[in-house]
Amino acid sequence: MATFSGNRGLQMEQPLIFEQGSPDRTAVDLPDVPAVGDRLGGLKRQQPVGLPGLSEPEVVRHYTRLSQKNYCIDSGLYPLGSCTMKHNPRLNEKLARLPGIGDLHPLQPVSTAQGALMIIDACARWLMALTGMPAVAMSPGAGAHGEFVGMAAIRAAHEDRGDARRRVLVPESAHGTNPATAVACGYAVEPIPANRRGRVDIGRLRAALAPDVAAIMVTNPNTCGLFETDILDIAAAAHDVGAYFYCDGANFNAIVGRVRPGDLGVDAMHINLHKTFSTPHGGGGPGSGPVVLSAALAPYAPVPYVVNEGDGLSLVEYAAASDGKPCGRIKGFHGQFGMFVRALAYMMSMGSDGLKQAATDAVINANYVMARLKDVMTPSFDGPCMHEALFDDRFLKGSEITTLDFAKALIDEGYHPMTVYFPLIVPGAMLIEPTETESRQSLDRFIDVMRALAARAVAGDAERFRNAPRFTPRRRLDETSAARHPVLRWRTPAVDRAAE
Amino acid sequence: MRYLPLNDSDRRAMLAAIGVADADALFQDVPAGVLDRPIALPAHQDELSVERAFQRLAALNLAPSSVPCFLGGGLYRHHVPAAVDHLIQRGEFLTAYTPYQPELAQGTLHALFEFQTQVAMLTGMEIANASMYDGATATAEAAMMATRIAKRRRIVVSGGLHPHYGDVVATYARFHGLAVERLAGDWQGIEDAAAAVDGATACVIVQNPDVFGRIHDLTPLAETCHACGILLIAVVTEAVSLGLLRSPGEMGADIVAGEGQSLGNATSFGGPTVGLLAARETFVRQMPGRLAGATRDVDGRRGFVLTLSTREQHIRRDKATSNICTNSGLCALAFSIHVSLLGEAGMRRLAELNHARAVMAAQRLAEIPGVAVCNETFFNEFTVALPCPAAPVVEHMAAAGVLGGVPLSRLFPEDPLMTPLLLVAVTETATDEDIDRLVATLSAALQA
Repeated sequence: MATFSGNRGLQMEQPLIFEQGSPDRTAVDLPDVPAVGDRLGGLKRQQPVGLPGLSEPEVVRHYTRLSQKNYCIDSGLYPLGSCTMKHNPRLNEKLARLPGIGDLHPLQPVSTAQGALMIIDACARWLMALTGMPAVAMSPGAGAHGEFVGMAAIRAAHEDRGDARRRVLVPESAHGTNPATAVACGYAVEPIPANRRGRVDIGRLRAALAPDVAAIMVTNPNTCGLFETDILDIAAAAHDVGAYFYCDGANFNAIVGRVRPGDLGVDAMHINLHKTFSTPHGGGGPGSGPVVLSAALAPYAPVPYVVNEGDGLSLVEYAAASDGKPCGRIKGFHGQFGMFVRALAYMMSMGSDGLKQAATDAVINANYVMARLKDVMTPSFDGPCMHEALFDDRFLKGSEITTLDFAKALIDEGYHPMTVYFPLIVPGAMLIEPTETESRQSLDRFIDVMRALAARAVAGDAERFRNAPRFTPRRRLDETSAARHPVLRWRTPAVDRAAE
Repeated sequence: MRYLPLNDSDRRAMLAAIGVADADALFQDVPAGVLDRPIALPAHQDELSVERAFQRLAALNLAPSSVPCFLGGGLYRHHVPAAVDHLIQRGEFLTAYTPYQPELAQGTLHALFEFQTQVAMLTGMEIANASMYDGATATAEAAMMATRIAKRRRIVVSGGLHPHYGDVVATYARFHGLAVERLAGDWQGIEDAAAAVDGATACVIVQNPDVFGRIHDLTPLAETCHACGILLIAVVTEAVSLGLLRSPGEMGADIVAGEGQSLGNATSFGGPTVGLLAARETFVRQMPGRLAGATRDVDGRRGFVLTLSTREQHIRRDKATSNICTNSGLCALAFSIHVSLLGEAGMRRLAELNHARAVMAAQRLAEIPGVAVCNETFFNEFTVALPCPAAPVVEHMAAAGVLGGVPLSRLFPEDPLMTPLLLVAVTETATDEDIDRLVATLSAALQA
């Protein structure tokens, strides 16, 4: 039933910021501008920007109301498979804002930033020890950016030997970033199918491997939530033809502290600090994607990097100053320093024992969900999973309810849906990753809801699923018209009318 | 283990429900001999111990907020209103994922739509995306985008572009098989970028204000580019300047790439920050990165979604416009909240204040014997020529408790002409006393 205000209890309607305020108002008091003349060379802005003006209480209320339209880890279980929505410790936020950390400028003399270089160096050493790898490039801005660096280092290494290779093999179950990255590095991508056990089909991989293959890109544990049982043979097969093994480390959280990728024959692997090491996802970034490198690839790491010159730490900021053969620079300044602070604080808090326990608990939680749902939903593969449980839509067969409908019905029950329709190799995939930071009681409540929904779906209440969600600030949104007639910004109503 | 809710009795009960004897049975697919090799790292620590460790590390640094600070060169120290950090630390923003389920993420999507509008307005462009990693990667992605639009493979980079940005463009171009022509560092402001274009050129990348602080009228260059089917990419590293300067869009830029750190975000030793990317609307399908768009829900109410995702890697895989996945969501939110707090009047006044304080500082520095201000024009940053190498002078000033600027040799290590040049940024955070101390310590350092 509609209300007079459009609000529903605690759910508040909120206009765009541009539909509020007036141009002369501001929430920032600034001193008078001294009359000293200008040095702008006649290039002063002639037109107003078009921004609205609001006072501080109005702005605070605006964003507070917006925030209340979001689901978040703080408010509930967030079972997005492959995304690793674990708790974000608040200590990390506090430390990233300390004077002498948050306010550091990247171009202040390195003699005045030794503590900062120690933080980068310490974070790097933790990552190398946990992965069993001899080098790490810290500067990538996010996971996909780390992939780019790893693949760039691989291409640079091949080219350095005069070995022009053209192909990269990528399993069909891979994240979309893998093929996109290989193309960004100038390679042709060849997909490798999965076998019936949800792993890389090693026979097909071997058949595709040849001396023109630059690398294989394999996610392990893979996107079905399974450990690649043939991983040592896969690595050996790649190395036999002179190809490198790029590992997508998106799922490193399942094995951190227990398995070192370096022991699996990995040559390069990015680490999403916002997955395994608890830095916040922030509604879509910022991320951070350091990439660990084998000895063969280490010389091709990009600048900048930290070196110890005996009398203190320093930064190698330019290729010409490097002892190696850097593949270039891939980001301004020195990487996502604020994320290194948070990840290091997390690693120090957890310790090697805590990280091992976190991986173990993540795997226990996922298997517990699997065990308690497998009789009412359809697991895609047999055997234990790692940190995430994969189901497909066979249990919905005949119900006229899709995976999307099922996910949207979960919203009405107060949960963020699991990852849906990924990995692509499983029809109607539902990938559930509870993470280690959910309690058993929390999982039991979630499982009870999932069981009830599955029972209702099989009982044939399709209407309820198709109409979901019903209780959110907005119900299903028309994504087709959004893409067909893109409206990507607000315009003044007069401009909007003129455009029609 | 304060972040782990399971206790041993939970684990036992759960393993029993799973039907295995112990947790190691769940790791049965890991090859023999690889599981649990010793890792030489310390054990867990309590919160207070970790905090103390970081306080000790912080104390080894000279904190720019504790001293007069005139550092710029791409990132700038500004006063960020307290409300910004309060709002972005709300768990609903901080601990949410990318808004792939729009019904549960209208807050993030609504805010991104406003961010895109603000960026488009400030840059004078028609559209903007939901942000990139930083200004340097935004610039490189803009260059890749331009080569797709122009269907040409040569990129001309002005010598006024921040060298880190130029290096990132060169790295991306190398692996995309594109040619890059980088003009020499143009500290005298005499470059003619138009002379470097040819029929194979896809785009020209210029920065405004440039890395030396100069302000350029990009209109003539835009006209030359457009006559030859070349795109003009304008780069802005100081977003506050957009409040006072003629916008890149007004001067004919086709794509604007920028760094948004100045608004809402700390310098954080270089990251994370927020890359801005704006363009003409006709280029939208070649744009990389996320885009929020307005639409309607089944009840006809306005709502927001991520849109045009057929450009993106999770749909298009090897045919995507970029491999980018993450944007810089929370930093974009901080930018947006700061702009909302400032509003039209505040944005203008903040920019005017920056400029006025920089003019005052430049006048004072020019009075020091042997010191010359190189710029005719500038916004809040300018280049100063010293009678001696700048890097040791900067060290000297730092020892005296003043972060006096960036020696241009740090950005252009291979160009000996840069050795005596000092880049000085003056924002609203610099008080009269700070400027007095800058002048005094620089004078003292020159006499040392």
